[in-house]
Amino acid sequence: MRDFSYLRVDSVEAARNAAALPGAMLLAGGTTLIDLAKCGVAEPATVIDISYIEGLNAIDVTADRAVIGALAKMSHVADNAEVKSHFPAVSEALWQAASAQLRNMATIGGNLMQRTRCPYFRDPQNFPACNKREPGSGCSAIGGVTRGHAVLGTSEACIATYPGDLAIALVAFDAEVDLGERKLKVEDFFLAPGATAEREHDIRPGEVITAIEIPGSAAARRSTYLKVRDRQSYEFAAASAAVGLELEGDGRTIRDIRVAVGGVATKPWRAREVEDALKGKPLDEATVRKASELAMESAVDHGANHYKIALAPRVIARAILQLGETA
Amino acid sequence: MTSQTIIDPPEDGHFRNGQASNGSAPSPTTLSIHLTINGRDHALDIEPRVTLLDALRERLHLTGTKKGCDHGQCGACTVHVDGERVLACLTLAAQVEGRSITTIEGLADEDGTLHAVQAAFLEQDAFQCGYCTPGQIMSAVACIREGHAGSDEEIREYMAGNLCRCGAYPHIVAAVRQAAEGLRS
Ligand SMILES: Cc1cc2nc3c(=O)[nH]c(=O)nc-3n(C[C@H](O)[C@H](O)[C@H](O)COP(=O)(O)OP(=O)(O)OC[C@H]3O[C@@H](n4cnc5c(N)ncnc54)[C@H](O)[C@@H]3O)c2cc1C
Ligand code: SF4
Ligand code: FES
Ligand code: FES
Repeated sequence: MRDFSYLRVDSVEAARNAAALPGAMLLAGGTTLIDLAKCGVAEPATVIDISYIEGLNAIDVTADRAVIGALAKMSHVADNAEVKSHFPAVSEALWQAASAQLRNMATIGGNLMQRTRCPYFRDPQNFPACNKREPGSGCSAIGGVTRGHAVLGTSEACIATYPGDLAIALVAFDAEVDLGERKLKVEDFFLAPGATAEREHDIRPGEVITAIEIPGSAAARRSTYLKVRDRQSYEFAAASAAVGLELEGDGRTIRDIRVAVGGVATKPWRAREVEDALKGKPLDEATVRKASELAMESAVDHGANHYKIALAPRVIARAILQLGETA
Repeated sequence: MTSQTIIDPPEDGHFRNGQASNGSAPSPTTLSIHLTINGRDHALDIEPRVTLLDALRERLHLTGTKKGCDHGQCGACTVHVDGERVLACLTLAAQVEGRSITTIEGLADEDGTLHAVQAAFLEQDAFQCGYCTPGQIMSAVACIREGHAGSDEEIREYMAGNLCRCGAYPHIVAAVRQAAEGLRS
């Protein structure tokens, strides 16, 4: 790991000024930054420690809205009783991510900023070609081992999968990210690779995430996050779904439904085709399975990741049907 | 460093390790920090990039905390910071100044009486080579305190961040279950 200078700041304003310096990177929990620095992928000149800023870890939740400070720890948000009751999918996405130790370190802001990455990206010594690290250098994954790579939102430049869980639940429920001067839909905050794989977020030098906000809704209250992976725990998603459901008074017709998928796309992916096909329809297995297929209509595989095209609709359907069974 | 080094950026926007410098570019230098480990204060001069794990093992010779992967993937380096379990390999030493750090060396009583989790690991034969064990024990102590040791299923989920290459998992679960029951009653 290349050495860097270390600076602690005690206010958001100081963090913004410092973050605008060339080569400066913010340090929150450090679980991604220190890892990538050890891999030789991140080479900050100055590390700006924001973890001592006070008041940025508040978790403020009512039925109408959740406001979660950028420095709130993943574990604290996952275990928060109000989050569990008004936004269960958010709690479930968090406790199924990483490990208990990592969740005690990792922050909500850092979680949104974790890199969309692949094993080639993490190994510059052996694989110099990576458009995300070195724009224009090529992509080592295309034509290589692609079992974990994305099938939605890919480009010729990059096919890395967005690995996070929380943001899948956030895009399903129209959450916003607060950057101080600007507020953005989380869905718009994340960028698909296109020709600029190195840019993953709509964030400018000197901007600092201060909070995320999630509007409350009936669908958010009746929601779940289903994560399917190669082993039962402590693993990234092979495919996952964040789903929320609101039924009409008849207890059978779908009034509102939210569907977002993870583990299969280059960014947190809202599956509006599935939602549109199900609104106003009865909640039965055949209808749900048929609609879930629509999520993969634009999917493109690279060989070994072909299974994700079959897996993701089943994960979506199972999540919806499981929710239907809960009162 | 003391709290006085927590500062606002200077007008010229340049910093040197916590202190504004007039016009010079930021450059790595040595930090003087104080760490509180197992109740004792330690003064250290370190490079900013030194992790808590390397500070513990290489500088303070507290080698009970193990280095497995050094990338947050195995749990061998688990310690407590302000009572919560974290990974020392992804924590900068500078980042835990002023926090209370507990390592495996600080778990037993002064008189050598083992912590209930340590005793349970012995009784249940919950290790083979023992390399993962300090991390498993530190993780288990926190797991029980968090209230995440209610069933074998819950223990497996919330201990998933601690890998054991010897595969002692069934005995580890038994030890955590025994300690959790003992501490509850
Ligand atoms: C072994 C392992 C397994 C994992 N498994 C999962 C998983 O299953 N699911 C999952 O979702 N994640 C997983 N993760 C990723 C983990 O969730 C992230 O590393 C973590 O959330 C990052 O948060 P942090 O506070 O530690 O970020 P840091 O490492 O401190 O920062 C990450 C990046 O965000 C920037 N940043 C931090 N805070 C802000 C802010 N407020 N404003 C602007 N920029 C900011 C930093 O400059 C840096 O570039 C895993 C990580 C590891 C190491
Ligand atoms: S898929 Fe993206 S991150 Fe992976 S090697 Fe190709 S360009 Fe790099
Ligand atoms: S050495 Fe820290 S998690 Fe493996
Ligand atoms: S006892 Fe050998 S690694 Fe766990």
